[in-house]
Amino acid sequence: MSMIVTREAERANLERIGERTVKKDAAALLSGKPLFTNDLVPADTLTVKILHSPYAFARIRDIDTSRAMKVPGVAAVYTYRDVPDRRFTLAGQSYPEASPYDRLILDEVVRYVGDEVAIVAAETDDAADRALKLIKVDYEVMEPVLDFTQAKGNPVVIHTEDNYHVNGAWINNDRMNNVVASGLSEHGDLDAAFAECDIVVDETYHTLADAQAMMETFRSFAEIDAYGRITVTSSTQVPFHVRRMVAGALDIPQSRVRVVKPRIGGGFGAKQSGCNEIFCAFVTYKTGRPSKIIYTREETLASSNSRHEMQMHVRLGAKNDGTIVAIDLHTLSNQGAYGEHGPTTVGLSGHKSLPLYNHAKASRFSFDVVYTNTMPAGAYRGYGATQGLFAVESAVNELADRLGMDPCEVRLKNLVTPGERLAQYDDNELYSCNAAECLRRAMDMIGWSDKPLVRDLGDRVRGLGVALSMQGSAIAKIDIASVDLRVEETGFYTLSIGATDMGTGCDTILAQFAAEALRCDTDRIVVHGVDTDVSPFDTGSYASASTYLTGMAVLKASEKLIAELRARAAGFMGVNVDDVLFDGEELLAYAPGTLEVPDDADRPEFSGIYDDVEAIARSYHMAQAAPDAEPIARMTLTELANKLVAGGDGDCLTAHAAASSPTSPPPFMSGIAEVDVDKATGKVTVVDYVSVVDCGTVVNENLARVQAEGGIGQGIGMALTEDVQYDARGRMRTRSFMTYKVPTRLDIPRVRVEFAPSYEPTGPFGAKSIGEVVINTPSPAIASAVAHATGHYIRTLPITPEKALFGEDSGK
Amino acid sequence: MSDKLMDISITLNGKKVAASVAPDMSLLAFVREQGCKSVKCACETTNCGLCTVWLDGRAVLSCAVPMMRANGHDVTTLEGLQAESADFARCMAEEGAEQCGFCSPGLIMNVLAMEREIRDRAAEQGVEHVMPSDEDMDSYLAGNLCRCTGYTSQRRAIRRYMASRFPSLPEGAASCGLIVGEGE
Repeated sequence: MSMIVTREAERANLERIGERTVKKDAAALLSGKPLFTNDLVPADTLTVKILHSPYAFARIRDIDTSRAMKVPGVAAVYTYRDVPDRRFTLAGQSYPEASPYDRLILDEVVRYVGDEVAIVAAETDDAADRALKLIKVDYEVMEPVLDFTQAKGNPVVIHTEDNYHVNGAWINNDRMNNVVASGLSEHGDLDAAFAECDIVVDETYHTLADAQAMMETFRSFAEIDAYGRITVTSSTQVPFHVRRMVAGALDIPQSRVRVVKPRIGGGFGAKQSGCNEIFCAFVTYKTGRPSKIIYTREETLASSNSRHEMQMHVRLGAKNDGTIVAIDLHTLSNQGAYGEHGPTTVGLSGHKSLPLYNHAKASRFSFDVVYTNTMPAGAYRGYGATQGLFAVESAVNELADRLGMDPCEVRLKNLVTPGERLAQYDDNELYSCNAAECLRRAMDMIGWSDKPLVRDLGDRVRGLGVALSMQGSAIAKIDIASVDLRVEETGFYTLSIGATDMGTGCDTILAQFAAEALRCDTDRIVVHGVDTDVSPFDTGSYASASTYLTGMAVLKASEKLIAELRARAAGFMGVNVDDVLFDGEELLAYAPGTLEVPDDADRPEFSGIYDDVEAIARSYHMAQAAPDAEPIARMTLTELANKLVAGGDGDCLTAHAAASSPTSPPPFMSGIAEVDVDKATGKVTVVDYVSVVDCGTVVNENLARVQAEGGIGQGIGMALTEDVQYDARGRMRTRSFMTYKVPTRLDIPRVRVEFAPSYEPTGPFGAKSIGEVVINTPSPAIASAVAHATGHYIRTLPITPEKALFGEDSGK
Repeated sequence: MSDKLMDISITLNGKKVAASVAPDMSLLAFVREQGCKSVKCACETTNCGLCTVWLDGRAVLSCAVPMMRANGHDVTTLEGLQAESADFARCMAEEGAEQCGFCSPGLIMNVLAMEREIRDRAAEQGVEHVMPSDEDMDSYLAGNLCRCTGYTSQRRAIRRYMASRFPSLPEGAASCGLIVGEGE
């Protein structure tokens, strides 16, 4: 008889965890059903469009909307004069947000090309477009700050408004010097450690403001419900945070706002910031009419948010034998015009790169995040770790090359191991880590030992490069997830979640957790999410949180529900609850004392982090003690469920549980790239990419694999083609898929992924996360492969053919 | 958009639809107005492939077809191919290759068009139709972007589906010539 187990020895016995369960929404998605935001817009909805600023930095002297208002079909035109003067942030973060409150719905000052100047609401697209052209704006154009290396202390100050607000002094905001945040974390005696080194790699690396480029652009619609409240249906990863943003922007109580999340056409972090919800909510609030706003691809690329551009100065000191002794990393992060996610993304560039080489005697990580008059940055898969790992892993590769050592050997010599306390990771203990195994397996997969790092193939040169990656699983002590689990008539279950499936499959994963715990088919778990009026609170799907954190909430709720089911069944059967077991189909009562667990029983080990998991341990003990003896009474779940929803003795059972974690266990990943560089054109082609991932227990092998393959695909784009460019006046050049090149299927090789699962004791059934860690290895691995092939170390992404062929300094 | 309206009539998924529309209205906007919500827009610049529909049986980007050109023609969307697409949809689901599913309808339309084109060309040339190579399929489907999957799981699904439809080539034989990147 099986029961809930949460220890490694029992992992092989899990039935629903590890299954290749087809996503619950697959059939509907693949038959093209109307499930997405723009498919659900009600009839007679106003179309909302935005007038965007043509200037990088300007003050609106005057704005005349009278002609626009006269266009037939125009319902309203709003300017900064019409909106509440209360600042907020669009960062989808737990309150109190780390990001400064530096936005209004519309502001008198525009701070980047693409910033919002006016809102038009009209009966048709055509009328809205016409009205946009007739708004007359008199701008006082100001000198912008476009170069982020010149932003700090620049005489031009981007945010001078009176009602700017910072929630926490810890971010070290100094906006009068254009500094959003700064910080420092040190470990050991850095000068002494560098003094010991035989060699120091001292280089500067630079990653660009890549676009998340999810296929579904930003979109939302708003309507008024029966109670006069504003309901916003939005393509968002953070429904509960959007509720706060909308209420804050409109200056109304949160109780007046409801947010609904339908199916989401990809997010990758972009939709962890609010974007256009505030505009349609404002229009509906003012007009009382339903309104929708659908961003174009151009708006999504040039007027929303992107990855933070970062410049990272690394000093990596080592002994001649490859032992890494000292690491000094300084990150300068380009925030753009508004502060979303600025103080937090930058932290990951150090805290999720340096711990890989935790044995270093000393390390220092310092950073500045600066405002500029470019598009605001936000969250993008990897969230700063991607940038930091490009720098640190590139430096490690350069160290190996300068020492003439194998880059894998250098890593195996220095890699972090389980049980260590991570100096640059809040001193957390590392419970689970298969990083070395990830690397060794990847070496086997590509045949590392039989291949030289560079081979001349005639018209092209083939190079080999490697990198490692880590990330976190949810934000320790800040993220919280909760679920409601109900047993329903006939004995199926409804699992209500606040986590947001954005195509990643968390609805299915979380059903698998419940099914495993409740010993039933995944089909018997109905998942519902997200509607802020009815879903239990969840900070949202970001920071690689849903599997790890919401998964644990599901486990805890299942455990509570099982305890309740046993108690109710015991009552109906007239026995003591301690003598009742639940096997998924039946509640079985045994003779008193049969299930007693002896004191010397083999007790599962727990980290002690989750008190509630003790309950799971107890049921495990009971299952172990479960006798071959015949039950003295039994009751099917269906019988019990039907009694529970009947009057009289009924009690419609719902179990609620929340999870929050004091630690954020890192998943790990290796990546090895084999690339061809064309000798004539410099074109870099990735011909093979292998990767091994330690995400803890693999919950759904298909979905985990696609996460890895997809992350690697985005990483290859970042490495080779995704090139955000601005012109001299601060206008983004890469405003469409004509100019911003996301990889097609001709650009991505047959990526090969395997798993080397460790067992995370604080995670549900040993699971950690996978969503973000998988994007981090392609850039450094490909850059190193190109360096091996050509001798050119490319330290500024992307690796264009010109850079590969001539080196990145040749054009300067 | 043009102010002058034009009376058009198309056959949409087997049903006659008549309407008075601006002649430069896109077929994409029109079919969505007619309730065919499977047809998505993700780029406005003919780069993404999400709005792929069939015009007289041939895959086209509906964002690039004005209604004056669609007038009088046969238009098919995924809504009209529910039975025909079921097997491929199953292959996709079993790989988890739909992910967010936003780009799936456009891809399905193009994969089914590819399958049909292979049969038609083979019939035209009087040869037996055979399984295309991975490279040929990648090239045919290159215009269908996907940001979630990195394409690898889609390739597995597409290969499995096509292999269930076509006999494999003999070892060493080249399949070139049957399809050469004509998909949109």
